Amino acid sequence: MAKSPILEIKDLHAKAGDKEILRGINLTIYPGEVHAIMGPNGSGKSTLSQVIAGRDLYEATKGEIIYEGEDLLELDPEERAQKGIFLAFQYPVEIPGVSNLYFLKAALNAIRKQKGEPEVDAMEFFNLVRQKMSIMEMDESLLNRAVNTGFSGGEKKRNEIFQMAVLEPRLALLDETDSGLDIDALKVVSSGVNALRSPDRAILVITHYQRLLNHIVPDFVHVLAEGRIVKSGGKELALALEESGYAGLEEFAEIAR
Amino acid sequence: MIMETVSGLSELRKRAAEQFESQGYPTTRNEEWRFTNIAPIVKAQFPVAAPVVAGPSLKDALEADPELIEAHLGRYASTADNPFVALNTAQFEDGAFVQVPANTVLPEPIDIEFKALQGRTTHPRTLIVVGPNSQVQIIERYSGAGKYFTNAVTEIVVGENSIVEHIKLNEESREAFHVATIQARLGRNANFKQHNVTLGGALVRNDINAVLSTGSEGTVNGFYFANGKQHIDNHTAIDHAEAYAASHELYKGILDGHSTAVFNGKIYVRKDAQKTDAKQTNKNLVLSENASINTKPELQILADDVRCTHGATVGQLDQEALFYLQARGINKDEARNLLIYAFARDVIERMGVERIRQYLEKALFEVLTHKSFAESA
Ligand SMILES: Nc1ncnc2c1ncn2[C@@H]1O[C@H](COP(=O)(O)OP(=O)(O)OP(=O)(O)O)[C@@H](O)[C@H]1O
Ligand SMILES: [Mg+2]
Repeated sequence: MAKSPILEIKDLHAKAGDKEILRGINLTIYPGEVHAIMGPNGSGKSTLSQVIAGRDLYEATKGEIIYEGEDLLELDPEERAQKGIFLAFQYPVEIPGVSNLYFLKAALNAIRKQKGEPEVDAMEFFNLVRQKMSIMEMDESLLNRAVNTGFSGGEKKRNEIFQMAVLEPRLALLDETDSGLDIDALKVVSSGVNALRSPDRAILVITHYQRLLNHIVPDFVHVLAEGRIVKSGGKELALALEESGYAGLEEFAEIAR
Repeated sequence: MIMETVSGLSELRKRAAEQFESQGYPTTRNEEWRFTNIAPIVKAQFPVAAPVVAGPSLKDALEADPELIEAHLGRYASTADNPFVALNTAQFEDGAFVQVPANTVLPEPIDIEFKALQGRTTHPRTLIVVGPNSQVQIIERYSGAGKYFTNAVTEIVVGENSIVEHIKLNEESREAFHVATIQARLGRNANFKQHNVTLGGALVRNDINAVLSTGSEGTVNGFYFANGKQHIDNHTAIDHAEAYAASHELYKGILDGHSTAVFNGKIYVRKDAQKTDAKQTNKNLVLSENASINTKPELQILADDVRCTHGATVGQLDQEALFYLQARGINKDEARNLLIYAFARDVIERMGVERIRQYLEKALFEVLTHKSFAESA
């Protein structure tokens, strides 16, 4: 039996207010694959990830997103998450007054509920969290602090991947998870991501840097510019970009014209 | 009526009655009442009745030891400045009395509960006198059903070097009128904490006043949660009468439906009150576009070597935070409640009585989950 895609984006257009940001995105991702999206600042990478996650700030004006055969644009953000989509935010949000632990448990239970599973029991949750924290080399004291509140940039990014490790999504979207990480943290975060790689999951990483892709080796690399994917290729494309920059791309020159 | 046998007290009451006569009910032309129109209270004219109090009764104490009461009652809350205090002083029939002798630590909080009578006006009067080097926690709670008017006055004397925590819970009915003054006098090096929680009442006005002596520390915190057509007005006045005193104030409010709220925070620093350290914060979370808050600090600083800070915020639910929670699978309603709850939490957590904290967390949770928001939206 041929595999069917986990995510299919067809001619997606999206805007925020009057501003058109995505102008015809086409992207198909199969289970087991890792895709990387690169592209200059402001090209629409975060917007794409937020539209997939369901942020209502953005309106999809044309095209469609099919997730595991289902029309994703019809679903609320929480339904998308419950069905296995996870977005690691470029800028994780601080939520004073809500403890990280409480938050994570609520998230895990929401997903379990959707699957028809009972709420996680206290001991099981504790063990799960302990295990994932040690993989992420995170200080346990972060658990009792308010979500991302007062976390350093690196701690916030680790916390995103830690959440992902606990929630075990089917489709993970990582928006510049590598930005602001020192080399040791980058290794830890990358191994957290790689641990999730499996034949029935897919990962989409957004990054500016080849160094992340040394650790999380992609199957495909796409270049986004002005709301469109202007070039796709294998992992060697990222290396070429590192050499010559976006301006060196023929497709770029075309847009600039 | 009672206490006519106590000559000093009857004198005080007579004078209060005269003061009320000459002042009359306040109108919105009075700066202090500018945003709170009490006309519905005047119009209702509920007949006066004796309050129903569970706890140590003031009336009993008056009968047992009139001189003791007379030495304090009416000596702190001014009948000249606030007509409702004058009215209470002139007409009260009962209330509560707590006395803590010197060098005494009470292990358990004292509960005082006023249950209002439908269709009646009551003037609960409470006197709390704590001697030097003592420690006590007191919970004053107001509740009732239907329409009525509660006009309460509480006077608190905190002896030198004593620690007093006072919690007031307003859980009046949604149709009730509630006007109350809490007047505290802090002795040297005393530590006084007041938590003023308003959940109920159609029309509510609180005046929380504290006068600080040398080296004392006063904390006045408040939480209000207004919905429907509720109007909640909190006026606080911290009087740094002497040097080296510190005051901390945090008032937080949640406003939904068509509710309105007022926060007015006065800080007086007298001429000799050098090294005063005063901090005031008012934060509001406005959930509905039909709800509004009027917030105003009023600082009057006559000393020069002081530190005074104040700040007020009025904001909506953080949409970024809401999306972040939803993006982790948490339903929008639940996410919303979580954020509202998180906003309120730090004022509740500052209360030193665990059962009250738990009670309020539960009460808040119930208000949030019983869809009163959806109804009012
Ligand atoms: N809510 C919004 N309202 C208006 N404009 C927006 C909004 N969100 C994004 N934009 C604009 O859309 C464009 C794409 O933004 P986006 O954040 O998707 O870029 P990006 O590729 O992720 O950039 P970076 O590499 O800097 O993270 C930018 O010009 C940005 O200013
Ligand atoms: Mg971005």
